[in-house]
Amino acid sequence: MKTPLIILPLLLAVQSAHAFCGFYVAKADTKLFNKASQVVLVREDDKTVLTMANDFKGEAKDFAIVIPVPTFIEKGQIHVAENALIEHLDAYSAPRLVEYFDEDPCRPRIMYEMAPKTKAAGRVGGAAERDKALGVKVEAEYTVGEYDIVILSADQSNGLEIWLKENGYKIPGGAGDILESYIKQKVRFFVARVNLEEKAKLGFTYLRPLQIAFESRKFMLPIRLGMINADGPQELFIYALTRKGRVETTNYRTVKLPTGMDVPVFVKSEFADFYRAMFDQQVKKEDMRCVFTEYAWDMGWCDPCAAEPLSNDELKRLGVFWLDGESRNPQARPMNSAVFITRLHLRYDRAHFPEDLVFQETRDRENFQGRYVLRHPWHGEPTCDAAKRYLEQLPERLDKEAQSLASLTGWDIDKIRARMKLPADGAKPANGKKWWEKIWK
Amino acid sequence: MDPRIYQLSVLSGLLVYGMGWLDFEIGPVQAAVSLGMVVLTQWACTRFWKLPQFDAKSALISGLSLCLLCRSNFLWLVAVCAVITVASKFVLRWRGKHLFNPTNIGLVAMLALTDGRVWVSPGQWGNVAFFGFLMACLGGLVVNRAARADVTLAFLGFYLAFVFSRSWYLGEPAAIPLHRLQSGALLLFAFFMISDPKTTPDSRAGRILFAALVAFGGWYITFRLFHTNGLLWSLALFSVTVPLLDRLLPGTRYNWKTRGRPPRRDAPDLASGSAFA
Repeated sequence: MKTPLIILPLLLAVQSAHAFCGFYVAKADTKLFNKASQVVLVREDDKTVLTMANDFKGEAKDFAIVIPVPTFIEKGQIHVAENALIEHLDAYSAPRLVEYFDEDPCRPRIMYEMAPKTKAAGRVGGAAERDKALGVKVEAEYTVGEYDIVILSADQSNGLEIWLKENGYKIPGGAGDILESYIKQKVRFFVARVNLEEKAKLGFTYLRPLQIAFESRKFMLPIRLGMINADGPQELFIYALTRKGRVETTNYRTVKLPTGMDVPVFVKSEFADFYRAMFDQQVKKEDMRCVFTEYAWDMGWCDPCAAEPLSNDELKRLGVFWLDGESRNPQARPMNSAVFITRLHLRYDRAHFPEDLVFQETRDRENFQGRYVLRHPWHGEPTCDAAKRYLEQLPERLDKEAQSLASLTGWDIDKIRARMKLPADGAKPANGKKWWEKIWK
Repeated sequence: MDPRIYQLSVLSGLLVYGMGWLDFEIGPVQAAVSLGMVVLTQWACTRFWKLPQFDAKSALISGLSLCLLCRSNFLWLVAVCAVITVASKFVLRWRGKHLFNPTNIGLVAMLALTDGRVWVSPGQWGNVAFFGFLMACLGGLVVNRAARADVTLAFLGFYLAFVFSRSWYLGEPAAIPLHRLQSGALLLFAFFMISDPKTTPDSRAGRILFAALVAFGGWYITFRLFHTNGLLWSLALFSVTVPLLDRLLPGTRYNWKTRGRPPRRDAPDLASGSAFA
């Protein structure tokens, strides 16, 4: 029997062998968060365009997704996007490092900025067969790109579960109850599998993100089915593209990632580790009950830029449908205020996230970014008082950087100090004087 | 003791905790604008309507509730919200009673009129804040033996019943309705808004009917119409039925100082500063 992966509702594998990896940051192609899915939510009025990507590493024939959707979906409402779009969105919105070099304190100071680029990957796939039975109605079947898609509705509480099982899907125990609650809410089920012939014809070696456009008052993301037999917490990145402002969850706390701290210079070569450790630490601190805002910005610009903002053309391909009046040049960026991006990141499991995510769009247009600062100390011969003072204060500053790194990531402060070649018991004045010795000198 | 002193302490504590530890999107400036404007408006209205006594307590309760709920990028809209909140008590009246809970109408008016430039973030609470606030609210009922706890308890009972019944019908696990009820905004609503003795029906039967209507409306707007802040909209909507409920089910008018006892004849409602509380 075939054992296709079924990914309920948001491309979250429910078989024990999770195959999602892939959210990369900084320069190294290091796997950062396993079991990570990325979703782009374009929302204006009641219209939603959902783009779903994940990094499925298995055989394309073994892959399928089942997504509860609130309405019937016509063929024209389904589309297949390019991975590059989501990679670009990820790179643009990822937390960033900013680097400054301290100047000779005896001269005016000039600042220099840089931000490392980020990289992400995502793959999707699926395959479905049909069988009319058990109160399950196959409402439509389409082939779009490399995907065979079936839109199902069901009347009976367990009809869909049996239908899926008879079609070779491995449905975990407990899915029936959750499917039942969706069926009672009259949702349809969007089932997609890879059409291997089409895939071969198209020549893609990876699975491209699926897109669905629909109209519904519900501004939410179903996450319940994907958690049934997940072997541990999963990661989800949501990029919300809206017209008016920041998006937040209304049924969970939305918290901004700590930002703006000075961290030791060695973080530059370990930015990926730093980001992951910091996220782990924040999740722990909030008892895994929060959705984190990692970026909230007007799509027209960035400062500093981890990657250039997306062009009008890219945004349209992601489903931003209100840009028609914008420049005809496809490479042009949207006018300020036309598109606002919110990047949300959550780690979730059943115990901490019992219900689906519900969102609201606010008119909050305050820009926010996860931004961490490296300050390279100046090393030179002190030729003026300012330079002497600078060198005196430097160890204290470096120790503060060590402390903020320890508090952000939960790393051992002694190890951080050792790496920075700082005294193990914290900062002392550089010249070894006690604090009171400086008062009456 | 005036129960409002207890309420002021609870709300202030919650605000400090929210600002300091919970990442509430509100800075000291916005809090100062809200609190300053409610007191100023209360003072101005007291002067304008020539009331004998200026009492800032109720206005401050409204102001603190606004700090906890009202969000905007524009300080002037926060100020307008505070003015509408307090002024509504003096302007929107029916037979000597103000129609709307001040915080409720202030927020709903801004949600409706500013095209989203003012919003309410209902999810920003967290467990510690929720359970702490729950204890404080229940404690308040005991400490104050509040004459109008019936409306709060009836509302919570009905709302709980609607949320649980729907989940039970859908076959959802209990964790879902429980999670939905763990909302600080719900507590603030139940203990500080719908409970407002000046805007609820005068008779107990009227208040229980009112609580049922508001609970149903709030549940319907949130879970059937998928609109945020269902309870706020529902309370504003059903507040206009209070005069009708008072007519159908008459009872004794509440007064903060006499704590539910009928006011003395020589101290008519309008002459008392707390009439506008």
